Amino acid sequence: MDRVNRIPILKLGHLLLVSIQVDMHDRMALALQEDLAERIAETGARGVLIDISGLEFIDSFIGRMLSDIAGIARVLDADTVVVGMRPVVAITLVDLGLTLPGVRTALTVERGMAMLPAPTVDEDPGDEEAETAGP
Amino acid sequence: MRARHRVRELAQQAGLRLVDQTKFVTAVSELARNTIIHGGGGRLRAGLLLDGARQGVYATFEDDGPGIPDVQMALTDGFSTGTGLGLGFGGARRLVNDFDVRDNPTGGTIVRVATWR
Repeated sequence: MDRVNRIPILKLGHLLLVSIQVDMHDRMALALQEDLAERIAETGARGVLIDISGLEFIDSFIGRMLSDIAGIARVLDADTVVVGMRPVVAITLVDLGLTLPGVRTALTVERGMAMLPAPTVDEDPGDEEAETAGP
Repeated sequence: MRARHRVRELAQQAGLRLVDQTKFVTAVSELARNTIIHGGGGRLRAGLLLDGARQGVYATFEDDGPGIPDVQMALTDGFSTGTGLGLGFGGARRLVNDFDVRDNPTGGTIVRVATWR
């Protein structure tokens, strides 16, 4: 698959940020699932923020993709929050009957970040050294 | 993908409100997927409607697949024979003003949806 067809995943401290700015086609959505799983494992991220403010609509495929991502992240010990859903997309989603099982949502990136775990002490290399030094 | 953009343009031209544009495009995406999964691919036609002073947009999906044995059943939420969430038909119907399913005389199914301004 081409690089241009992949959605970038940014590391933001102990979190990963995915900003979906284009209407995804199916292969792109599947590639995102794989890429994100890899990045969570690689970075040990505890939280994933998915910004969907660029999405003009969510159909059942994209809805299921978001649920699947949240489920995959969960078993890799990371929480997912979907942020920035447009009001008209929310209205359409409910009409369509999609419930996004397992997906937590927040209105803004800031509020989404507040819902995710804060960096823990054991992620700080300085403290690890202190522990091994021991009494 | 290109089809969705074209349908969005048509919905704008028909003067639909943003929420109705979004519902229509979502329904089209849902039905297009249906056509590919159940009908083995097909043809999508879309255009503007004019009925007196009323303006609208329509889309038809025509496939040569096996057809739908029980349309009423297929419109029930949660009913699915494919890999989706089973929202395809019943969900799409709630997003548009007019929804019509019929057998294609040459085999397969024709679905027609329309939304008016």
